[in-house]
Amino acid sequence: MELTVTKERTERKKMNEVKGEKAVVYRTKNLNLWYGEHHALKNIDLDIYENEVTAIIGPSGCGKSTYIKTLNRMIELVPNVRTSGEIMYRGRNIFDKSYRVEELRTQVGMVFQKPNPFPKSIYDNIAYGPRIHGIRDKKILDEIVERSLRGAAIWDEVKDRLHENAYGLSGGQQQRLCIARCLAIEPDVILMDEPTSALDPISTLKVEELVQELKKNYSIIIVTHNMQQAARISDKTAFFLNGEVIEYTDTDKLFSNPSDKRTEDYITGRFG
Amino acid sequence: MSVREKFHYDLKTLRQKLIEIGSLTEIALGKSIDALQTKNVDRALEVIDSDSKIDLLDEEINDFAILLIAKQQPVAIDLRRIIVAIKISTDVERIADFAVNIAKSTIRIGEQPFVVPIDKIVRMHQIALEMLSLGLKAYYEEDVVLAKKVADMDDEVDQLYGQTIKELLQTTQTNSEAISQITQLSFISRYIERVADHATNIAESVFYLVKGRHYDLND
Repeated sequence: MELTVTKERTERKKMNEVKGEKAVVYRTKNLNLWYGEHHALKNIDLDIYENEVTAIIGPSGCGKSTYIKTLNRMIELVPNVRTSGEIMYRGRNIFDKSYRVEELRTQVGMVFQKPNPFPKSIYDNIAYGPRIHGIRDKKILDEIVERSLRGAAIWDEVKDRLHENAYGLSGGQQQRLCIARCLAIEPDVILMDEPTSALDPISTLKVEELVQELKKNYSIIIVTHNMQQAARISDKTAFFLNGEVIEYTDTDKLFSNPSDKRTEDYITGRFG
Repeated sequence: MSVREKFHYDLKTLRQKLIEIGSLTEIALGKSIDALQTKNVDRALEVIDSDSKIDLLDEEINDFAILLIAKQQPVAIDLRRIIVAIKISTDVERIADFAVNIAKSTIRIGEQPFVVPIDKIVRMHQIALEMLSLGLKAYYEEDVVLAKKVADMDDEVDQLYGQTIKELLQTTQTNSEAISQITQLSFISRYIERVADHATNIAESVFYLVKGRHYDLND
């Protein structure tokens, strides 16, 4: 199954390169979301492109985490949530009744604020997803584990202790392990919700460098409180405020010459 | 592995752009000497034509440096590298403007024979060009010894400039018909003297880059 998925993606990417355009991974159209009476997302229109890093910034409570959790339907776990509008993932509305959430989440991996490895060995953390998808062959699993750990730039640090408990790793290593775990199921998109806010500066830079590397093969959406981080690593940035998208454009433009006064006030620290 | 590979790569790109604007300007200044000595109007026109590319590169360097500051929060030597690139680019762009001015004066002098020997002017011109080349080399190699040498060379240019202006003034008394050419030659001398000052500024920037302190080498 896995190989065909990868092959399809490679072919799709090639075709887009020939056409000279970037494919839209997620197309959000007029999305509204309410927590009970609270209107948390208002008329969101946003296109997310393939093989790019899209950053979402904004002050606390602006709806950025809500939005990213909507993209893999994790938001459904919150009681009293209502939505309207649509989110097309690769041309298919993720809110469609026929769309199985498991199917969506095989395509869309997620990394959270706090590293959350399973209380298992490093190896078993990575092999967990593939095993659930029915892969039992030790040789194939070994390959997946090595490839994923290499992909997350942590292989050299852990290759000699794959069977030790993941809790023995440092915070920064645990977070890269979680990224490796996410890569093991070969997702199309990686969602990152404040992936470095619990890390020290050097681990943060390592994860940032990794994100740059990963975008060659994946599309990445990252929510961050740290707007300098958005500036450093993303291709496009969306600025959210009170549940609305105020400005969404190339990161170069947004951080050197934003169009909206509110964006400028936020990124220059005049409010927020 | 460097943890900020992309950023360090961008810094190299910035340096590369500076190498490009530097060599274009060296070529323009070299040609302007040549055009004056041989009274070659076509060469002078080439100098004027090449300037728009240099201006564009200067803008490009500035925009790129601003983006790096806005997006990468550089500190310590990385920050100085960017600031110095902006400053040197400005100096280099100004030097290219002087090469254009020299070329324009050369065109105004046209075919007329020189009313005074121009060997001192040519000598100044050559020293100024060498100062530019060495200043740029000092930047690329982050070499303060070379930078100091550039600053020392400026004294010779200043002396030659003083002598040249004195001689040109004396000529006006004996040959009042040549005033128009003498004015152009005085302008050219002044332009060259300014080129040397900007080359000295480049040397100062190299000192700042390497040492993190300001030095006044223009005295």
